[in-house]
Amino acid sequence: MLLGRVVGNVVATMKNASLSGQRLLLVQPIDRNGRDKGKVLVALDSVGAGAGETVYWCRGKEASFPFLPAEVPTEATIVGIVDVVNIPSAKDARTRA
Amino acid sequence: MLIGRVIGDVVATQKAPSHVGRKILVVQPLNLDGSDRGEAVLALDAVDAGIGERVLLAAEGYSAMTAVGRPNSPIDMAVIGVIDSVDLIEGAK
Repeated sequence: MLLGRVVGNVVATMKNASLSGQRLLLVQPIDRNGRDKGKVLVALDSVGAGAGETVYWCRGKEASFPFLPAEVPTEATIVGIVDVVNIPSAKDARTRA
Repeated sequence: MLIGRVIGDVVATQKAPSHVGRKILVVQPLNLDGSDRGEAVLALDAVDAGIGERVLLAAEGYSAMTAVGRPNSPIDMAVIGVIDSVDLIEGAK
């Protein structure tokens, strides 16, 4: 899984039937210090995440498992809302959500 | 699988039900010389690893969720071993 921050959402009226009712969110991947890392992507939401929140998200086929038994076509899904990232040894490495 | 070092952990109250009861570790993948290899990742803990330890990281879904004992759950990384030593044979590389 990787850290990210929700920076927006996507609305799509015409979409695969299995995606109906799912929220499409824009996720900016971030590093351990909360800095942007890499490019924004679209991910499904399985935990009720909202804009500005720090989250962690899952890649690959596993990303569709929160929605079982429904088979949802996604390769990135938010699976947790981060309260605190605790990195004791690194300087300036504590990120609060 | 990758070699990594546990550098921290993450607290998340709201998360996938299959993640409840497992530590979420922040793991920095390492090169053989001990330098950082890419960005740190989050992995569920399957072996009770601690911060500072060098670990074996499963970086693929099936092996990760099998190790954690939570099949069909959204897990793509897991810490599956604590490394005692790595021996690199001279001349074999």
